[in-house]
Amino acid sequence: MRTLKFLLQKEFRQIFRDPSILRIILVMPVIQLLILPWAADYEMKNIKLAVVDQDHSEYSRQLINKITSSGYFTLTSYSGSWEQSLEQVERDKADLILQIPLHFEQQLVKEDEAALFMAINAINGVKAGLGGAYLQRIIGEYNREVRMKWIQFPRFNPDTQIEVTSSNWFNPLMNYKYFMVPGILVILLTMVGTNLSAINIVREKEIGTIEQINVTPIKKYHFVLGKLIPFWILGLVVLTIGLTISRLFYGIIPAGSFITIYIFAAVYLLAVLGLGLLISTHSANQQQAMLLSFFLMMIFILLGGLYTSIDSMPEWAKWITRFNPVSYFIEVMRMVILKGSTLVDIKMHLLIMCGFAVGLNGWAVWSYRKRS
Amino acid sequence: MRASNMTGEKVITADKLTKRFGDFVAVDQISFEVEKGEIFGFLGANGAGKTTAMRMLCGLSLPTSGKATVAGFDVYKDNEKIKKRIGYMSQKFSLYEDLTVKENMRFYGGIYGMSDAFIKQKTAFILHHLHLENEGNKLVKSLPLGWKQKLAFSVAIFHEPGIVFLDEPTGGVDPVTRREFWNMIYQASEIGITIFVTTHYMDEAEYCNRVSIMVDGRIEALDSPSNLKKQYNALSMDEVFLQLARKATRIES
Repeated sequence: MRTLKFLLQKEFRQIFRDPSILRIILVMPVIQLLILPWAADYEMKNIKLAVVDQDHSEYSRQLINKITSSGYFTLTSYSGSWEQSLEQVERDKADLILQIPLHFEQQLVKEDEAALFMAINAINGVKAGLGGAYLQRIIGEYNREVRMKWIQFPRFNPDTQIEVTSSNWFNPLMNYKYFMVPGILVILLTMVGTNLSAINIVREKEIGTIEQINVTPIKKYHFVLGKLIPFWILGLVVLTIGLTISRLFYGIIPAGSFITIYIFAAVYLLAVLGLGLLISTHSANQQQAMLLSFFLMMIFILLGGLYTSIDSMPEWAKWITRFNPVSYFIEVMRMVILKGSTLVDIKMHLLIMCGFAVGLNGWAVWSYRKRS
Repeated sequence: MRASNMTGEKVITADKLTKRFGDFVAVDQISFEVEKGEIFGFLGANGAGKTTAMRMLCGLSLPTSGKATVAGFDVYKDNEKIKKRIGYMSQKFSLYEDLTVKENMRFYGGIYGMSDAFIKQKTAFILHHLHLENEGNKLVKSLPLGWKQKLAFSVAIFHEPGIVFLDEPTGGVDPVTRREFWNMIYQASEIGITIFVTTHYMDEAEYCNRVSIMVDGRIEALDSPSNLKKQYNALSMDEVFLQLARKATRIES
């Protein structure tokens, strides 16, 4: 225990003397949480629409009006020529082309039926998919309005109609920030935990002090604990800063209890610190450690369920996410913050995370050699 | 000849100690003994295997074959026990630059299990002895290299070990500081600490009780400086070293 006291004293002195560590701990969460949630916006806005209006009728103008007033689309070109609009797409000045053919109004009035043509630039899959869906919905609504105006409904509708009314549980207004901010906070904690511990130990390797430590009778677990505890505390500080920002700037107040979040985070931090430790034992210098942790971070983020839903991933990818600690914490954060889940609800997640913590730290201690 | 402290007790023994890295034999069956209180010089060109041999004795590197004991303990089994009884100063400067002089001493004293009272008293003694009373609270990085090296040596023997291993302790240091450094080595030797030192400076070899000269991983010569000079018909250790080092076929790594 006395040895540990000296180790902790030394680590804290070094941390508080290193302005870059303090900057990472204080500035990184603030910047990331203040900027990223606004940029990582799920709602598609400003979809560039090119309209080929060959009809120039009252109806076509009404339709275009309806589309542009929805707020999702910006009309970037309005012309009578298909070629011209296609050129706009090629120059990336338009994402969608809506063609209103000649005699659109006539056919609609006379034959109760008219065709529209929609072409989508599918280079950006998300934009294309959502843009197309939005546009279809607007046209569908327009269609209903037109029918209401022209057709006298019989008392009983000849077509069977199912009308769907939905309500969003746990996030009634579908505020995507409630969904993104907790996830970004998890990524932040992961980055701080993994990088700080990995870089710290590798730096001791680079400057040669680790050799001086290895030649002392210090126990391996003392050394490892001496490194884990300070960064574990720093991680909880970052979490606190992050939760405060979520509250102040996004009004996110967990439906569940803070205690649940902190208990899970405490175990989670142990796991990611263990990972940092493991990275450091397998890297000879800071560059290697950075590259390795960057590589892992990419996988963690993309297969963590932050941006894309894990449920919609292919089977093999779902299988990988089970080995990704980030995916568990993101899920727990969303469960606790949005749904108010309790410790009992996240029992399985917590158990698995304990497994990660024990496994990663055990592996790190085992692969840390005082003697080569 | 400074042999007053030698008692004949063997504190380091190596018997056909070998270290291989794949096909490369870094240390090739070296055998020698070091007596308590001796200043033992460990000479050799760059890449001759000095540091590797020293690292095996300190428990930092596992030997491939052969036997060795340090302070009576086996290097294979009891390496952690050895560590309590030795001090080590590596080629790389290894105090924490972002800690003060006193904090470094407190840290290293602490992890060797020294008491607070001991640490306090010893720190004061060393600072006084090195005339660094006013530098105690300065960060190590602000000190000149010569002082740092002297401090590193003081920290290496802070816990009063029986043996201290010094790996090129005077590299890059000016001649005056080098002289002062050797005075510190003599003082440590006088209180019974065995010194095991590697060096490139042949004038320093003259200060040792005995020297061994390594060439391509093997010990080619081992005796007192005066005997070696006689044996090789040389006027200085420099000549002895050159005669032996020329035999080297290994490319400097």
